[in-house]
Order: sequence, then structure tokens, then C-alpha cells
Amino acid sequence: MEIKAPTPQVPPPVWTEFKDLQEWEKYRQERPEGDKHSALFESVTEGIHHFPGGFLVTTVADAFLNWARKSSVWPVTFGLACCAIEMMATFASRFDVERLGMVPWASPRHSDLMIVSGTVTIKMAPMLKRIYDQMPDPKWAVSMGSCANSGGPFRHGYHVVKGVDRVIPVDVYVPGCPPPPESLLNGLLLLQDQIAHFRKTGRRAAPTPKID
Amino acid sequence: MAAEGDGPLLTVSVVPDRWQELARFVKETLGCLYFNFLSAVDWKDQGLEVIARVENLDVGLALMLRSRLGPGRSACASLVPVYRGAEWMERECFDMFGIRFDGHPDLRRILLPQDWEGHPLLKSYPVDAPHPPYR
Repeated sequence: MEIKAPTPQVPPPVWTEFKDLQEWEKYRQERPEGDKHSALFESVTEGIHHFPGGFLVTTVADAFLNWARKSSVWPVTFGLACCAIEMMATFASRFDVERLGMVPWASPRHSDLMIVSGTVTIKMAPMLKRIYDQMPDPKWAVSMGSCANSGGPFRHGYHVVKGVDRVIPVDVYVPGCPPPPESLLNGLLLLQDQIAHFRKTGRRAAPTPKID
Repeated sequence: MAAEGDGPLLTVSVVPDRWQELARFVKETLGCLYFNFLSAVDWKDQGLEVIARVENLDVGLALMLRSRLGPGRSACASLVPVYRGAEWMERECFDMFGIRFDGHPDLRRILLPQDWEGHPLLKSYPVDAPHPPYR
């Protein structure tokens, strides 16, 4: 049997023409605007905000609520593959995310954050979606590692979802294969930064690029 | 005949009609009680080939049983009446190659979801086959 050398695939000079990027733009899930809390709460805060001088109340309330939210982000322990080992190392005493207010919790109903650590297979995707749906709003998702970001080395496998953002909306992508605990910690800090910039009772601000 | 590991490794090829008969002979006469694995190879135009490895651990005899099903054929006799350990292996083989094992008690998919279309380890299975809604 003749074995052919693979033809090198050079990405096009313009990145918007890159096929994978176009796929990502097409298929990724968008995070819904704001939190899906009750319509009554929404209308009351909107009313206060439009009252003369009311923005002072809402911004102070926002600052307080966002401080409370970002200080107690509880990640649901959802380990799928080898990235989960690094996630456990991040949770453990050496890196200790508990000083950031994060308690790894074994129930999605008490959690605010889902760290998708590892390859998402097509068979696993409905279960992942279900666990994400069981989490109460407001909730966030961190995609950890190349596999969860884009499929990684298994992208062209027959059973791999090409990025977890096709299943659930993702807030922070942590690159690496697997990302060391420092990377994940940086991603979690970025997420806390994002949460701190939520505006007016949960409407999302434009993310501020913070690259070390 | 090629040497591998502790004992000799014999490869035995057989027509698919005598597949189960060979397994029975190997188990009862040669004493190969240990069923190691069962898999298949897709030889494209020449069809599928079923492979099983059985061993006699007392003597150190290892046999590789092979059977070419021929082009276009995907039916083969089941080894479950002889080796009970073949059940999940044959289910996996059906899952990945679409080989129907006649006489298997419970021939369903084992690794992939039950509603999966196609058999991914066949050479004709397309790369990046779409599976809505996730890709």
C-alpha cells in the first residue's frame, strides 16, 4: 500500500477566510443577553434606572451584586479528560482557588460556573447540555484546553464535537493541551474580571482585553 | 509462523463458512480457552476481514484467526456460542465496521449512540461527517 505524504495546509493570509474560523462564527452558541432572572426584577430595576438619578442606585447595586457574584463563583466539577487532572491541581492546595471564593461543588444546582475540561464527544454533548441547563442563572462557562476549545488534536475524529461552544455558550477560552494550573487560574481571573463588569443588573459589558 | 512474546504466534486463515467450526476446534482440541480480542480490517475493494486472537495460556500458544468475508459481504458467524467473551467484542465490531454476526444474542451498538448513522471505521466513512445538531 502506497503511503502519501500529507500536503501541508497553509492558512490563508486573511484570517477571516480561514475555514475553521468561519465554522466557528457560524456554529458557536451566543450567550443570551443578561441573566434570565424574573421579569418582575428586570422591570423594577429598569424602572429605577430610568428614574432621574436612579442610575446611582442601580450602579451601586450592580457593583455590589457583581462583587458578590465574582467573589463566590462555584465551579461544578465536570472533568471529561486529562484536562481534569490540571483542573483538580488548580482546585487543590498548591494553587488553591478557594482563596478566590471558588468551591468545587459536586452539584450543578448549587454552581455558577462550568469548567468544561476535556474532549466533548457527540455522545456526551446532550448530557453536558443537560448539566448546564440544570445550573441556576446567572451562570458562566469556561472552555479548558484545546479539545474543548476547538476539538484539538481530535478535531477530525468521527465522534468529537468541534468545540464545546457549539453546545453551550462559552465566556472564557483557556488554551493549552492541557493548560497548566497557572493558565486556568488566569482564565478564572479573567472570568472574575468579566463578571465584575456586568452592567445594570446583569447586562453584559463588552469584554475588556486583558492579556498578560 | 512468527515468534512473538513467550510462545509462538500462529496465523490461521479460514473461509467465513467454517469460522465457528474453527473456533470450536481451537477451543476444544487445542485448549485455547482465553479469548483475547476480536476485530476487523477493511481492505477496501477486497472486502472486510475478521480477526480474532485466542490463546492457550498453559502452553503459551497464541493463535490469530483470520477470515476474509469477501467484497460486498458483511455477514459472519458469531463466536458467542463458543466464547462468551466474544459478545461485547462482536458488538464493538458491528458498531465500527457494520459486520452482522449471525447467532449473536444481542447485536446492538455498544460504544456509539444507538441512533448513530454509519460505521466509522470503514474506509468509506467520510472524514468530518456531519452529525446535527452538534457538528
